[in-house]
Amino acid sequence: MRGLTFDIAHLLAGSLVLVSFLQLYQDRLYALLNIFALHALLLALSVAWQAYAQNAPHLYLTAAIALIFKAIVIPVALHRIIVRLGIHREIEKAVGVGTAMLLGIGLVALAMVVMLRVTAEADPLAREDLAFALSVVLLGLLMMVTRRNAVSQVVGFMSLENGLVLAATGAKGMPLVVEISVAFSILIAFIVVGIFLFRIRERFDTVDLHALDRRRGERP
Amino acid sequence: MTLIIASSCAAVLLAVAALAVGIGRSPAATPTVYGLCLGASAVSLAAAVTHLLGTPTPIEATLPLGLPWLGAHVRIDALSAFFLAVVDLGAGAASLFALGYGRHELAPTRVLPFYPAFLAGMNLVVLADDAFTFLVSWEFMSLSSWALVMAHHRDPDNLRAGYVYLIMASFGTLALLLAFGLLAGPDGGYAFAAIRNAPPSSALAALVLILALIGAGSKAGLVPLHAWLPLAHPAAPSQVSALMSGVMTKVAVYGFARIMFDLVGSPAWWWSLPVLALGGVTAVMGVLYALMQHDLKRLLAYHTVENIGIIFIGLGLALAFKAYHMSLAAALALTAGLLHALNHSVFKSLLFFGAGALLTATGERDMERLGGLIHRMPQTAFMFLVGCAAISALPPLNGFVSEWLTFQAILLSPQLPSWGLTLLVPTVGALLALSAALAAACFVKAFGITFLGRPRTPVAAKAHETDRLSLAAMSFLAALCLVLGIMPGVFIDALAPVAQSFAGARMPVQAGVDWLSIVPIAESRSSYNGLLVFLFMVISGTLAASAIHRLASDRLRRAPAWDCGYPDSSPATQYSASSFAQPIRRVFGTVLFRAREHAQMPPPGDPRPARLTVVLRDPIWETLYAPIAGAVGWVTEHLNRLQFLTIRQFLSLVFAALVILLLVLALWP
Repeated sequence: MRGLTFDIAHLLAGSLVLVSFLQLYQDRLYALLNIFALHALLLALSVAWQAYAQNAPHLYLTAAIALIFKAIVIPVALHRIIVRLGIHREIEKAVGVGTAMLLGIGLVALAMVVMLRVTAEADPLAREDLAFALSVVLLGLLMMVTRRNAVSQVVGFMSLENGLVLAATGAKGMPLVVEISVAFSILIAFIVVGIFLFRIRERFDTVDLHALDRRRGERP
Repeated sequence: MTLIIASSCAAVLLAVAALAVGIGRSPAATPTVYGLCLGASAVSLAAAVTHLLGTPTPIEATLPLGLPWLGAHVRIDALSAFFLAVVDLGAGAASLFALGYGRHELAPTRVLPFYPAFLAGMNLVVLADDAFTFLVSWEFMSLSSWALVMAHHRDPDNLRAGYVYLIMASFGTLALLLAFGLLAGPDGGYAFAAIRNAPPSSALAALVLILALIGAGSKAGLVPLHAWLPLAHPAAPSQVSALMSGVMTKVAVYGFARIMFDLVGSPAWWWSLPVLALGGVTAVMGVLYALMQHDLKRLLAYHTVENIGIIFIGLGLALAFKAYHMSLAAALALTAGLLHALNHSVFKSLLFFGAGALLTATGERDMERLGGLIHRMPQTAFMFLVGCAAISALPPLNGFVSEWLTFQAILLSPQLPSWGLTLLVPTVGALLALSAALAAACFVKAFGITFLGRPRTPVAAKAHETDRLSLAAMSFLAALCLVLGIMPGVFIDALAPVAQSFAGARMPVQAGVDWLSIVPIAESRSSYNGLLVFLFMVISGTLAASAIHRLASDRLRRAPAWDCGYPDSSPATQYSASSFAQPIRRVFGTVLFRAREHAQMPPPGDPRPARLTVVLRDPIWETLYAPIAGAVGWVTEHLNRLQFLTIRQFLSLVFAALVILLLVLALWP
């Protein structure tokens, strides 16, 4: 039983990293959103499995929050934003696919090395989990840096947060209050960003962040 | 009991500061605030002296203030009692002076709240017994004195002084913070008791020495960290100048002594090398800078630098002797240094009060615009003369005693078993002698140009004697100069507990020596009797005066001075401060300050006056401060671009920082 628990947790967390890679090379916004929904779904599964494995029923609540908000509400809302903004055809990237993937691989390697070194005495379940979580966080950040479109930056931010939740649930004894407050702060951040997207769009007719730079008089 | 009284006096001073904020605008504010300060300092002084003269066993207490798990530890032992006495003596005298002087203050609301706060800060530094309380009080003292420097902020010079002071004060506190961090060690034992119990390793102690020299030295005015001092001290109102020069620098000396003699543990022999070298250089550079000045308050501030050098020579010698377990010699050197700290605070306060009295009477700080004031302000002139004689180390006044004791300690240096020290100490002794001689020359200039001769400007000709309370403060200090000079044995004995606990031995008891003599080591080696010198001077002076009056014609005649054939000589043809300093400027200044004189002679027949221009350059400012300021400017200029990055670039910066930190973690051995 012990071995199976570990393997399934490993599988789910590993898939989360894999899906993060999938996100990295999506150049269509709809596809990106779908992958993000998958990302959130995997997170919900992983958290639920942790709840079962650690025998911590409150984690089911976290899993439910992840499922409802991240896998359903936010992707649907972003979908509607994209439709209303009419940017579903846009392709944008600041860094090429190959470079982004190579950077991503490097980051995952770094996360593994760091985590396996620092947590030598920790519980193996939590240890692997933390290493995967750090990889997801780094990949989310990488996505925010390599994208230009505001919507995909939001997605990068959300997947970064998924990594944080993964780390939080992997560690035993994280209070529910912390998880709920993190979830809600993300929701609020999402709302604020959504509103800003429309404001930006109203002013500049685009959600390409280049427009903002031009506005500040930096690029001709 | 002593500790309770001293701490409550500090608390009362803080309350007075709050009160001053409330009543600052009312005309009764000035006497109320300074009166309360005078009362609190007097009580605290009495408590400190009682503690020092009684059985100075350390008293400790923990106040439920400050950090929750640390509290505020306070402690009074012999060293802090002595410095508490120095602080409150200066504070009391300054408050008394300010009762009169403060009435002429143009912006009392900018001075009154900060003055008691400044006093409270200095009291608390001396009482602190953990690094946190020490640093907070230290910074409190720095900031309140900064506010006082900025009291007259309309003057652009004062603005610059405040700016430089603020930077140097923060820098010094940073160094002290690091020093205490090293002393506290990884466990964070910030209470001094914990530090005492776990003295640092020798490498760490060396770092602490350097940091303490930087931190306390920058506050005290050690060359080359003195740059702020001659700017900031004169900029404040005079009673505050006196406090900053006379007392705050002593608080810095206390900080250094507390760290090096108490917290670090037993010294290594070479620790004294940088202290002695810096002390010697500071003494000579301070007095040379002072000689080039003609702003009276700035000249006094440079002399503070010089005297701090002398005090540090004493402390450095004490460190050297202590390292070789020559306890008696260490006690002598430590006593000499501390006694000089007390003496300097007395006569420097006196001199700054005199400068303040001149400032009220004439509105001038520039000596070249004064002159002849001995006729208009005879009492101030007399007090100032006493201060000048004391700071020039003339017997029978107090400056001589402590410098003589320092020389006695220097003369013991051949017994030191290290060739480095036996070479360095005589050099330092020569520097000390040079600085003493130059100081005398400098104060002949200061007194002569200011008080003698004829008035150079109408304001100097119309000056009035200053008020009674200011005169009372000055005469109190002048009397103290004499008392310290002719009865030094009493004070040396009072310092015995300090020497006993921090140097390992005490100087021989002076109380039983006949005729108030002092015998620093043994009767056969050397002894000094201030009373004898004083009596000799009084008797011979009286005899000479009466002989002249009796034997010569005692009819007072006033006749025109010989004027080289010119009928109406202008006061501008008198000796001036810069002409007085010219020989010394030519000898030392040509190399040190790259002094250049340009004489412009008009051709024959041209009625224009000839002009002599002297250009002086400050070597330390140009070689040390200007490049640093330039580098900081360059860096900020270039970092300014970071303000204008795009959102993605900001994100990338954060990302890169995170990755680099993770890489460090991954590659760390």
